[in-house]
Amino acid sequence: MTDSAMVLAEGDSHFPPGIDSFNFADWFSGLSDTALTHMFTTITFGVWASVAVLIVFFLWAYRKPQIVPSKKQWLAESAYGFIRNTVAIDLMGKKTGVRFAPYLATLFLFILVMNFWAIVPGIQVSPNSHIAFPLMLGVLSWVIYMFIGIKQHGFVKFMKITCVPPGAPWFIYPLLVPIEFLQNIILRPVTLALRLFANMFAGHLILLVFILGGFELLNSGNLLIQGLSVFSFAMGIGMTFFELIVIALQAYVFTLLTGMYIQGSLADEH
Amino acid sequence: MIEAAEGSAILFPIWQEIVVGAVAFGLLCFVLMKFVFPLMEKTFEARVDAIEGGIERAERAQEEANQTLEEYRRKLATAQEEAAAIRDEARADAVAAKEEILVSAREEANRIIAAGHSQIEASRQQLVRELRGEVGNLAVDLAGKIIGQRLAGDADTTATVDQFLAQIADETAETSGAR
Repeated sequence: MTDSAMVLAEGDSHFPPGIDSFNFADWFSGLSDTALTHMFTTITFGVWASVAVLIVFFLWAYRKPQIVPSKKQWLAESAYGFIRNTVAIDLMGKKTGVRFAPYLATLFLFILVMNFWAIVPGIQVSPNSHIAFPLMLGVLSWVIYMFIGIKQHGFVKFMKITCVPPGAPWFIYPLLVPIEFLQNIILRPVTLALRLFANMFAGHLILLVFILGGFELLNSGNLLIQGLSVFSFAMGIGMTFFELIVIALQAYVFTLLTGMYIQGSLADEH
Repeated sequence: MIEAAEGSAILFPIWQEIVVGAVAFGLLCFVLMKFVFPLMEKTFEARVDAIEGGIERAERAQEEANQTLEEYRRKLATAQEEAAAIRDEARADAVAAKEEILVSAREEANRIIAAGHSQIEASRQQLVRELRGEVGNLAVDLAGKIIGQRLAGDADTTATVDQFLAQIADETAETSGAR
C-alpha cells in the first residue's frame, strides 16, 4: 500500500497537505532504523520503474533495426532523434552534437519518465519532487561540462573563458568576475536542480490540494459544501493536464540547459 | 529522518536516494548509450546511404533514358534525311529518264523523216529516169506517127503535134508539182 493511498484513506487528518506529504515510509519496516532506510519506498520504486520501462522499451523496440522502421522502432528513433536534432545538433553542430546526443537523450528520457509518475494514478508523485534526484543530475551535468571545458582548454584558460567576459571595461572586472564565477561555476547545478525539483514538488502539492480538498469538502456533512467538491475534483483533473505540460517542459529545459553548458565549455568565446 | 516541522528539510537530499538515483541512472546510461543509441546512429547512416544511393540510381536511369531519347531522335533525323535524299534522287532519275526518252523519240522522228525524204528522192529519181525513157519512146512513137501521117495529110499531123505537146506539158507540170 502506497503512502498516497494512505493519505487519501485518512482524508481530513492530512489537510492541508504539507511537506510531510512528501515523506514516504519504508516498504519494509525492518529497514527503518538501518542505513537502508529510504532505499525501498514509493519514490525509489518510481526511479527503478522509470529505468526499467526505458531499458525494456528501447531494447525491445530496437532489437532488430530496419532501414524502413516498424512503428515501435520509429517511436524509439523519434524519442532519441528529437533530442539529437533539436538540442544536440542545433547547439553543437553535426559532429559534436552526435557525440553528446546519447547522454542528452538519456538524460531527457530519464527526467521525462521520472516526472511522469506525478500524474500516474495510484502513485501521483514524481521522484523528482525529492531534491536528491534533481541534485544528482544537476551535479552530474556540472561534472560533465567542467570536465569537458578543462579538457578542451586547460583549467586556467577555461576559468578565464567562463569567468571573464571579453569587451567589458577593466574597472568593471572586480565586480563582473565574481558574479560570472558564481553564476557559471557554482549556481548552474543548483538552479538546474532547484528548477526541476520545485516544479515537481509544487505540481504534487497542487494536485494534493485539489484532490484532498475535494475529499475534505465531501466529509463536511453539509450538502451544499459537499456539492462544491465537484469543482475541486474538476480542478484536480485540469491540473493533471497542466502537470503533463510541466512534466515535458521541465525535462526539455533541463536537457537544453545541460546541452548549452556543454556547448559553452567547447566554445572558444565566452 | 526529515522532521515535518522544519520546512527547509525538503532542500536537503536523502543520501540513500542519491545512491539509488545514481545507480539507476548509471544503469540506464550504460544500456541506452552502449546498446541502443549507437545502433540508432548506424541505422540513420544506413538510411542516409540508402536514400542517397536511391537518388544516384534514379539520376543514372534518367541520364540513360535521356541518352536513349537523344539517340532515337538522331536516328529519326537521319532516317528522314535519307528518305528525302532517296526521294530527290528518284525525282532526278525520273526527269533524266524523261529527257532520254524525249531525245530518243526526237531522234527517231528525225530518222523517220530523213528516211521518208530519201525515199521520196529515190522515187523521184526513179520516176525521172523512167520518164526519160518514156519520153524517148514517146518521141520515137510520135516521130513514127508523124512520118506515117505525112503520107496521109497535113491537117492530121498538126493535130498530132499539138496533142503530143499538151501531153508533155501535163507531165512536166506534174513532175514539178511533186517536187
